[in-house]
Amino acid sequence: MFDLVSFIPRAVAQSIPLLYGSTGETITEKSGNLNLGIPGVMYVGAISGVIGSFLYEQSGAQINGFLAIMIPLVCCMIGSLLMGLLYCFLTVTLRANQNVTGLAMTTFGVGFGNFFGGSLMKLTASEVPSIALTTTSNYFRTTLPFAESTGWVGKVFFSYGFLAYLAIIIALVAAHVLKKTRVGLQLRAVGESPSTADAAGINITRYKYFATCLGCVIAGLGGLYYVMDYANGVWSNDGFGDRGWLAIALVIFTIWRPNIGVLASMLFGGLYILYLYIPTGMNLSIKELYKMLPYVVTIVVLVITSMRNKRENQPPASLGLNYFREER
Amino acid sequence: MSSNTAAVRMRNITKTFGTTVANHDVNLDIRRGEILALLGENGSGKTTLMNMLSGIYYPDSGQIFIDGQEVSISSPREAFEYGIGMIHQHFKLVDVLTAAENIVLGLKEEGRLNLAAASERIRKICDAYGFEVNPDQKIYDMSVSQKQTVEIVKVLYRGADILILDEPTAVLTPQETDKLFAVLRNMKKDNKAIVIITHKLHEVEDISDRVAVLRRGEYVGEMITKETNAQEMTNMMVGRAVSLNIDRPEPKDVKDRIRIEGLSVKSEDGIQKLKDVSFAIRSGEILGIAGISGSGQKELLEAIAGLQPVEAGSISYVDDSGKAVEMIGKDPLAIQGLGVSLSFVPEDRLGMGLVGSMDLTDNMMLRSYRKGRSGFTDRKTPKALAQKVVEDLEVVTPGLTTPVRRLSGGNVQKVLVGREIASAPTVLLTAYAVRGLDINSSYTIYNLLNEQKKKGVAVVYVGEDLDVLLELCDRILVLCGGQVSGIVNGPGAVKEEIGLMMTKLGGGRSE
Amino acid sequence: MNKKSHTPLAHISKRKVLPWYASWGIRLTGIVLAFIFCAIVTMLVTGENPIQIYATMLYGAFGTPRKSWVMGQETAILLCVSLALTPAFRMRFWNLGGEGQILIGGLACAACMILLGDKVPNAALILIMLIGSMAAGAVWAMIPAIAKAKWNTNETLFTLMMNYVATQLVAYYIIIWEVPKGSGKIGIINQSTEAGWLPQVGPSKYFLNILIVAILTALVYVYMNYSKQGYEIAVVGESEKTARYVGIKVEKVIIRTLILSGALCGLAGFLLVPGTNHTITTTIAGGRGFTAVMVAWLAKFNPIAMIFSSLLLAFFGRGSNEISTVFGLNQSFSDILTGIVLFFIIGSEFFINYQIHFRKSTAKEGK
Repeated sequence: MFDLVSFIPRAVAQSIPLLYGSTGETITEKSGNLNLGIPGVMYVGAISGVIGSFLYEQSGAQINGFLAIMIPLVCCMIGSLLMGLLYCFLTVTLRANQNVTGLAMTTFGVGFGNFFGGSLMKLTASEVPSIALTTTSNYFRTTLPFAESTGWVGKVFFSYGFLAYLAIIIALVAAHVLKKTRVGLQLRAVGESPSTADAAGINITRYKYFATCLGCVIAGLGGLYYVMDYANGVWSNDGFGDRGWLAIALVIFTIWRPNIGVLASMLFGGLYILYLYIPTGMNLSIKELYKMLPYVVTIVVLVITSMRNKRENQPPASLGLNYFREER
Repeated sequence: MSSNTAAVRMRNITKTFGTTVANHDVNLDIRRGEILALLGENGSGKTTLMNMLSGIYYPDSGQIFIDGQEVSISSPREAFEYGIGMIHQHFKLVDVLTAAENIVLGLKEEGRLNLAAASERIRKICDAYGFEVNPDQKIYDMSVSQKQTVEIVKVLYRGADILILDEPTAVLTPQETDKLFAVLRNMKKDNKAIVIITHKLHEVEDISDRVAVLRRGEYVGEMITKETNAQEMTNMMVGRAVSLNIDRPEPKDVKDRIRIEGLSVKSEDGIQKLKDVSFAIRSGEILGIAGISGSGQKELLEAIAGLQPVEAGSISYVDDSGKAVEMIGKDPLAIQGLGVSLSFVPEDRLGMGLVGSMDLTDNMMLRSYRKGRSGFTDRKTPKALAQKVVEDLEVVTPGLTTPVRRLSGGNVQKVLVGREIASAPTVLLTAYAVRGLDINSSYTIYNLLNEQKKKGVAVVYVGEDLDVLLELCDRILVLCGGQVSGIVNGPGAVKEEIGLMMTKLGGGRSE
Repeated sequence: MNKKSHTPLAHISKRKVLPWYASWGIRLTGIVLAFIFCAIVTMLVTGENPIQIYATMLYGAFGTPRKSWVMGQETAILLCVSLALTPAFRMRFWNLGGEGQILIGGLACAACMILLGDKVPNAALILIMLIGSMAAGAVWAMIPAIAKAKWNTNETLFTLMMNYVATQLVAYYIIIWEVPKGSGKIGIINQSTEAGWLPQVGPSKYFLNILIVAILTALVYVYMNYSKQGYEIAVVGESEKTARYVGIKVEKVIIRTLILSGALCGLAGFLLVPGTNHTITTTIAGGRGFTAVMVAWLAKFNPIAMIFSSLLLAFFGRGSNEISTVFGLNQSFSDILTGIVLFFIIGSEFFINYQIHFRKSTAKEGK
């Protein structure tokens, strides 16, 4: 029998890093920047948080709940912000090719995460094969007080750490800002037609920097959530896997709408772990095919939107292109 | 200069793009309560000069004064803050946004984004001037003139008091033009400073108070409109007194080459571009096609060349023996396969006729690379052809390995026309063959077309300058809103009559 | 806004074309700066002096004949994938699906080795694998190409997604064919019979791979620059409108070119599975599908220049691996250094295409 009450919380837990990543990437893409460095950014965000929290836990000080959350949070945001600035400096200021820059950032970021993940273990001089920040993780995993007492409702709705709720709030706020506010309108204009936005007096460089850096910070939080909450504070190299690319897939799947992302990420998260709930008997191989589903579904959405060619559902028109005002 | 302070004074403005000097040492005054026409041929630097006022470009050197104070306009936003608003020839609108969203774009208003209030204000502006804009309509759903209206409303919404309009009438019907001019006069009464960029003399005479003339990037002088006339303006614009004197050799051995019957074309978004067009293109003569821009000229030529899907009708090629073959439904390669030697000089030279980043030799190869059974390209023949074209047509280029993008407009066109006539066509289609070319290059092109005509080629010349059409062409077909409003004989045709035919069917363009 | 007059500090404009030596000079400067910066980073991490560091890297890449052969192998495979992507990139088709196309090619080989290993003669098996791997890669690239040609579907995103579909497909077959059952691995295929293994030719087991890629480099160079199809690719890449105008069937060229691109990626899978590893894992492509994008781009899609750019990246990979081993660092250190080098080279392109004019006379001219 399909165990929905245990399935939903696990799907949601899977969905949160994807939601952070896709919200961040959507904001970035709305400015016309196709940041393929998001997987790297999420690694950097995660490891930066881990480093901060690791140093704090190792400092020997009395662990304070507030600091235990704030230190990794701030470190994570700074790490991802630096990645965002790097991407912007190369693509916006120096107008380098976005695809190449993004891929280089992913190479760098994943390497950065795995390298420090490994080096930190050396520093502890412990025999454990991976970093375990259990104390910090427990703060991150603190759930709402009535999660336990309310039965299945609590399990399905209240059993998550604060970063999970934050992800949903950020996605909804992002959707509102993009659709309803002046900043959102101007950001969309930048991504659709930078020359038009420029002629209207919008500072293209500022919007691209701002959106991309903000996008990176949000995506970085997805990495932090993964290691601190989902993985119980245990860092393992390559543990985050391909979720960064899945987040980019999710952007397409939601046709650039973060509010759809809230549910779509849960669908993706569900598809990602669906294989655990499918009675396959001895046939383990089928499970690998189930893991293919999110990508296949994304491809189908991508093809269908391009076939229907509805103007509102297309990628931002200048996506992937850099802007130089005096281009002739 | 005049004693009352000019709204804008531009002094010694120079702007270069790579090796091209777009503006050199230009001085210009713009005054309030006056409509200034900025006159000049294509490529004379009118748009570049105004783009430096609107903050799109930044001058290499020179000064700009607004109300007597020196300013530096390094972005469009700063231009707005000085009250400068420009309506660009290529609309600066975001397709997926609505009219209202486009209009408020970039505005620094206090408080939350309130599109309802914005729409209300837009309606008021529209009512005041008699515009029709639906604030909630998406731009991609709009016609060209609707888009222009949005652009104008956008500038008015911002309360600009220095307005620049870059060839605003190019896409308008006469009625729409009249409406626009009425608005401009109202704004002039409002003590606004208005600049209209154009190269149409009758519009200059109609609307402007003062004319400033640019020629090849340089300021050549200004005149009070009332005190001058079209001849004088033309002389200033082109630099010497010109009397168009284009040869028109007597057509010989004229017979139908292509018969077009009941041709109808719809654009991808379902707009009727051509409706029931029937005529014949004949060998040994030049057929001119006149019409307001966007009346279906492009679709007509592309349909004949096999580049445009056709809704209905027939295009048949008649060979020397009188046998006719149908060309509709065939792509350019298939048309070639029928034994039809058809050459086409498209309007968009670098975007369609040539590959800008490739050199002369590789561009010559575009037509010939398929020759031979080998899987490899032969570069010797195209190289020889490139050499020949450079010599015969006096193309100015550093060498055969120069990317054509780096050549000047006239030389680009010579390369393109040279290649197209090299294949000994029986039909030669040309679209705006002399647009942006100087007088000398234009005459080179006219001569080339006449030579082709003498060889018995059926030549089609789509043009915008009626004087040229009248002197060059043997027959002139007039298009209006995608329909043929008449065909007149070139010799003895009257300009006014053709002008009337261009607008006869109740406006230049229709749905 | 205050009406004070001000002048922007610096103004950027597009450069006229630089002579080739100036543009390569700028790139070289970028690489040198990257080397210096990498040395500093490594110094900070290891505490060694920079000369020692580069000596270690050089040793790691070329220190012993074996290391040199591995270096050659790494360069060859990377170059092979870069060459594969080149036709697509020249057409402005961003094929980011190299990873998946390699995997599928490798999977086809593994399938042949496992299913046909003892049924057909070795020479026939190798031929079948060669064709099979290329066909599989071609199909994998053709799917996004058809969507691009027919509906203008965004190929960057489509090819990217195809990588993970391929990964999961490989994972699926690994479990089906796993040896021993439950291990989640295939292990060396046909260990005893060596059926389907490419024979050793010349002095090293890597020699054949290097030779094949060397020939491929010349072929791709000739194809891109002298063949009619290569010319069509260039025209389509520069302007689809021009291509249609001269009667090139753009859809056909897109699909044909991606079949070629995918087939060559499949060939890389062939060189990896029966040619080198004799097994298949989901990570057999090792990110080369992505690294090759950068290799090809660094070389401006010129196959000859790609020899050097793939050598450079392979050197960093191998060299910093050595650093990790010698100094007891994590293997991922090489990714960090590779990233840094790429950032520098990517950044240096700016100075080739643009120049900076400083307004104030006190500031000196940008390079």
